[in-house]
Amino acid sequence: MDSPPDSHDPDRREFFKKASAVVLGGIAAAVPIGAGVPLLLDPLGRREDAGAAVHVVNIDSLPEDGTPRKFTILASRKDAWNRYDDAPIGAVYLRRIEGGKVQALNVSCPHAGCFVDYASASRAFLCPCHNSLFHLDGTVAQKSSPSPRGMDSLEVEVRNGSEVWVKFQNFQAGHATKLARA
Amino acid sequence: MKTLFDWLDNRTGFRKLTREALYENVPGGSRWRYVWGSTLTFAFVIQMITGLFLLFAYSPSTQTAWESVYYIQHEMTGGWLLRGIHHFAAQAMIVLLVLHLMQVVIDGAYKAPRELNFLTGIMMLLMVLGLSLTGYLLPWDQKGYWASKVVASLAGATPVVGASIQKVIIGGSDFGHHTLTRFLAIHAGVLPGMIILLIVVHIYLVRRHGLTPRQPVRRPDVAFWPDQVLKDAVACLAVLVTILFLIVSPRLFSPDAPLGAELGAPADPSEQYSAARPEWYFLFLFQFLKYFPGDKELWGSVIIPSIVMGLVFLMPFIGKWKLGHRFNLGLLFSVLIGAAGLTYLAYAEDRQKPEFQLATKQAHASAERAVALARLRGIPESGALTLLREDPLTQGPRLFARSCASCHRFDGHDGMGALPADAASAPDLKGFGSREWLAGMVDPEHVAASNYFGGTKFKDGKMVRFVMKDVTRFDAQQKERLKKVVMAVSAEAGLKSQAGADRQEVTAIEEGRRLFADSEMRCAECHQFRKKDEDATAPDLTGFGSREWLISFISDPAHERFYGKRNDRMPSFGKEHQLTPREISLLTDWIRGEWPLAEPLASAKH
Repeated sequence: MDSPPDSHDPDRREFFKKASAVVLGGIAAAVPIGAGVPLLLDPLGRREDAGAAVHVVNIDSLPEDGTPRKFTILASRKDAWNRYDDAPIGAVYLRRIEGGKVQALNVSCPHAGCFVDYASASRAFLCPCHNSLFHLDGTVAQKSSPSPRGMDSLEVEVRNGSEVWVKFQNFQAGHATKLARA
Repeated sequence: MKTLFDWLDNRTGFRKLTREALYENVPGGSRWRYVWGSTLTFAFVIQMITGLFLLFAYSPSTQTAWESVYYIQHEMTGGWLLRGIHHFAAQAMIVLLVLHLMQVVIDGAYKAPRELNFLTGIMMLLMVLGLSLTGYLLPWDQKGYWASKVVASLAGATPVVGASIQKVIIGGSDFGHHTLTRFLAIHAGVLPGMIILLIVVHIYLVRRHGLTPRQPVRRPDVAFWPDQVLKDAVACLAVLVTILFLIVSPRLFSPDAPLGAELGAPADPSEQYSAARPEWYFLFLFQFLKYFPGDKELWGSVIIPSIVMGLVFLMPFIGKWKLGHRFNLGLLFSVLIGAAGLTYLAYAEDRQKPEFQLATKQAHASAERAVALARLRGIPESGALTLLREDPLTQGPRLFARSCASCHRFDGHDGMGALPADAASAPDLKGFGSREWLAGMVDPEHVAASNYFGGTKFKDGKMVRFVMKDVTRFDAQQKERLKKVVMAVSAEAGLKSQAGADRQEVTAIEEGRRLFADSEMRCAECHQFRKKDEDATAPDLTGFGSREWLISFISDPAHERFYGKRNDRMPSFGKEHQLTPREISLLTDWIRGEWPLAEPLASAKH
């Protein structure tokens, strides 16, 4: 559009009109779309806080024989505009292991995110969706498991001799490696 | 590429379609007066695009509608822009509709064989007005809530079927979750769907009958593309630029003005909202209604508007008569001029009403406050209304105006910025418990003034007598000592605004405490202070102005700890259940200046 339209040249004049119509119309149409796309992609710019450790239970509540027990994790949570205090944000299997320690596994299956069951008869974890089977320590218990990795272990600490504190986190399902969900 | 297009053309015939669309004949050449239809279509497309994006983030329920709109407006990337475009494009559509209608009527483009073009157009006009009405409520703010209430009530007042219609539209006997889900379904589903259908019919008919050139045709015909398309594109761009300008224009006048569409405070059925007005393009109806009071209201709300709309619908048929076109022109311009006049009157009336100005100011302040609190802490599950209901800065002034301002003042006004009709007859409580406030209490020039004890029966009491007689004769040294006593008593309040000074001047405060009991100061003759005194006759100043002290005082000033039997007119707000404990706490916190985000807001400034 550097050269002004030459009125003596009908072709150029016509082309200039067409080009301007397309460009101006294009801008007019692009603006409302352009205003919406950032909002649509807004979630990409938001990070989920890796929550602080929470006190889940006292170690006395866990069976001595290492049988896992399921616990709800209550923590403060932000969901878009809402802020919840002590809202259930997930669940864990806790189980005593050697040396007075505790093992914590996220209940969601690393395959596709279903809630994994504890099958007490076989003393193993079984996912009800696609039958992924896990040992008590969370490792994969099948030769060809639907799950690409073992159950996700969480950071856990026994404080003051009895309080079990878990740092709850969710991980991306479907990958062989454990990736924190951001 | 050509092969692909050939294949597509063979299956769809798009080339013929494009040709027909672009090479429509424009009799008499392209003209600016033909752009209105295109700009309207463009504005409608903007609304569909931005509306669809907004649907990605909007949540229709009474506890999430305002909240999700707040989140769009203040937290999400570009939300303010998106919402601003949607808001102002809606207003642009109204203006463009009027312009398009004017062009069609003036050019006589509604006449046979174009009756159906015209009728479909008028139907769309009504639907766009329906979009405005339903869209106004969706943010669920005070403004939209109360304006929609009025509309729903007017609809409900229609004889026989009104109540049922109202119930169906608002999804129950009162506004609630289903009002929002229904309004959203109508706003984002029903009306746009119907408008799309009608636009297709409308444009098809325009193409079938061609444009109506102004006679006589002086220039040769041209094709729609590119001449008219270019003009249309320029006009659309101008519309867009206007919309964008309206979004950012508040910033040109004030650097902290909110960008884009306004969002009021969350809707509260229990909170008076005197600033309720419809959108500007409905103001003329609002004003019109004022001339039909009582049982005549139906004439203003339903009958006359329906007759006018009926006449507009009949324009193509009226236009067949000899003088029909002139009649139509006359009708159109009288309606437009009438509407403009009424709109002006509505604005002029509001400008002269200080109550309305104040209500608008308060509405802005509470909207700002709601957003500030939401940003500070996030919104609880019960919704943003809870934030305001539990906020001393919001509730304090309201409670003060309601329960205290018939006698007390706050900085000279009733807490909300208005001046009560009756003169003050009890102390002004701005800064209650602070050093300045107490200094006034022991100042001979102030103690008996109307902003202290002047209006009370204590005007002739011992305190006033002591200040007027004894303090007047104080020498400089004694005055210095009295100042320390004031510091000591004021320190009891533990005011946030004075925390620094109280910490720094511990020695002076200690000395003040000692001087309190000094016979020269005479305070301890009547007041109990920091140690038991069975003979005390005046209010206990231990903890004076502290949260606990003030709550107890407001609850029961006639308690022995305070005025006992000497209490003047002040009711025992707590004991007599005139205020709930929660309300007393809110009032106390507000008087003491204890609220989150303590920077002054518009409502606190006077």
